[in-house]
Amino acid sequence: MQALRPYLAAFRARFQLMLQYRAAALAGFATQCWWGVLRIMIFAAFYGVHAAAAPISLADAITYVWLGQALLALLPWVADPEIGQAVRSGGIGYDRLRPLDAYSYWYARTLGWMLARAAPRAALMALAAGLVLPLAGLGAWAWQPPPSLAAALLFVPAFALMTALGAAIVMLANIIVAASLNERGVNAVLTPLLIVFSGTLLPLDFFPDALRPFLHVQPFAGLVDIPFRIYFADLAGGAALQGLALQAGWTVVLIGLGRLAIDRTMRRLEMQGG
Amino acid sequence: MLQILVEALAKTYRVAERAPGLAGALRGLVRRRWREVHALADVSFSLEAGELLAFIGPNGAGKSTTVKILSGILRPTSGRVEVGGLVPYEDRIRHVARIGVVFGQRSQLWWDLPVIDGFDLLADIYRVEPTRYRHRRDELVAMLRLEPLLDQPVRQLSLGQRMRAEFAAALLHDPAILFLDEPTIGLDAPSKLAVRAFVRRLNREQGVTVLLTTHDMHDVEALAERVIVIGQGRLLADGPFASLRAGVLAERRLHVDFAGPAPELDLPRVTVRARTERSLELAFDPTDIPAPKLIALITASHAVEDVHVDEPAIEEVIARFYDLHDAHEA
Repeated sequence: MQALRPYLAAFRARFQLMLQYRAAALAGFATQCWWGVLRIMIFAAFYGVHAAAAPISLADAITYVWLGQALLALLPWVADPEIGQAVRSGGIGYDRLRPLDAYSYWYARTLGWMLARAAPRAALMALAAGLVLPLAGLGAWAWQPPPSLAAALLFVPAFALMTALGAAIVMLANIIVAASLNERGVNAVLTPLLIVFSGTLLPLDFFPDALRPFLHVQPFAGLVDIPFRIYFADLAGGAALQGLALQAGWTVVLIGLGRLAIDRTMRRLEMQGG
Repeated sequence: MLQILVEALAKTYRVAERAPGLAGALRGLVRRRWREVHALADVSFSLEAGELLAFIGPNGAGKSTTVKILSGILRPTSGRVEVGGLVPYEDRIRHVARIGVVFGQRSQLWWDLPVIDGFDLLADIYRVEPTRYRHRRDELVAMLRLEPLLDQPVRQLSLGQRMRAEFAAALLHDPAILFLDEPTIGLDAPSKLAVRAFVRRLNREQGVTVLLTTHDMHDVEALAERVIVIGQGRLLADGPFASLRAGVLAERRLHVDFAGPAPELDLPRVTVRARTERSLELAFDPTDIPAPKLIALITASHAVEDVHVDEPAIEEVIARFYDLHDAHEA
């Protein structure tokens, strides 16, 4: 416990600090409702014409959209802005003065940032799309619970791994920010990669057949496509375990890469001026 | 006990160089030219436990670079550094647990957190045992008069208040060595005095070794028994300030107010530094002509209303020293 104490404290501090931003959470929630409705309308239009060609049912597609909107802030859209700021202000020097493993320290903070941003939005979305919509008689458009206990139980590790993997990807972005002293380039590359390859735009099975073998093994699949399909049991049993293994494998690989990269970056770190 | 050992320390930065204007920028895209900047060329010194050392030098002399290397943030290009038996940049985690650092131009407290929460977080980060932490925290809060500030978010503190909190933050884990990089920069007079009194007390009563860099010569006069001057990455002097002053600028100043218009004086080896209608400022070397003799010479032939003698300000001594060593910022 003593070994973990600093990292837990760093996580908790960031989490509590980020929870303060109520206006941002509400604004994010409103935006995500709007996009959720829009995307569901597009799905509905598509299913009205091509229902037979679709890899999943309309109800599952709708749940996929709501889940995605609820957990949007948990995805690695951009590098942690605190890192960019620390790099520009020189505050990064103080990070080097803490008797901590540099990677774990940043990882704990990034994780606190992502979870604190996602938590209020997810809760509001669950309330709106999971409870209010059915009560309003719009059950067909609602966020459905997992179809079975097995699916619900499998979603727990899938969610944990999606979070861990997302933070590992943000960490790589953070390290590039620290090395290049600028976050714009990284963010400009990361965001479109995420939208397409995670399944945020469309579930990966909607992409052309030729691309699918690749799409289903790349790391971003572990962020949206795999955990969400585990949620509504489109991936069940062995397939679900395979999905979890892919998430875990990429998480380990990306954390390992990040650790190598942060050591190299910190060796070259220059703190100028002052 | 030897606590800090620095031998032939050098740090070279490689800086991209480009010709001015659009043509230069375009050429830089194709072929980039690099220039080497020697922030530290060859610096050696050592420090005993419990010493208080001030590092001074013009902007860009290498003071901050030295502190950053000693604290483990930067790696030197060459040379040997040991602090408490550890090489800071090789054994960073063990090393930084034993030092405290305050950078006057940056903050280590969390902007949006109340001061006390920041302290708690640092205690967790340094794994300070809870009872020891409470004891140490209360001691520092009392010494730095932080009690009324503890519940305020750091962003609401004035600079003087924040610096006091920064000092506490740097000392919660009870470090044996404290590095201060321009700790009084931008502070008002009472805050500067408070910082100096605190640093002195810390050094004398608790035996904390202190290495500070500063541009404020009053910090040096008030605090340091020993001063190191560096310029352009080289060590120019190392010793008590008094001997530095004696070596550079032995001259004294005589200010004379006359009853009538200031006269033309013709005294050997005495120079007129400034004149107004009714007063003169003279510079003289007391080994050539003692002050009483000079005053007697002047009052003998002119009606004088007032005289006083002083020494050049410490800033002037240092500026003269930089001149002598051609140590101004390049």
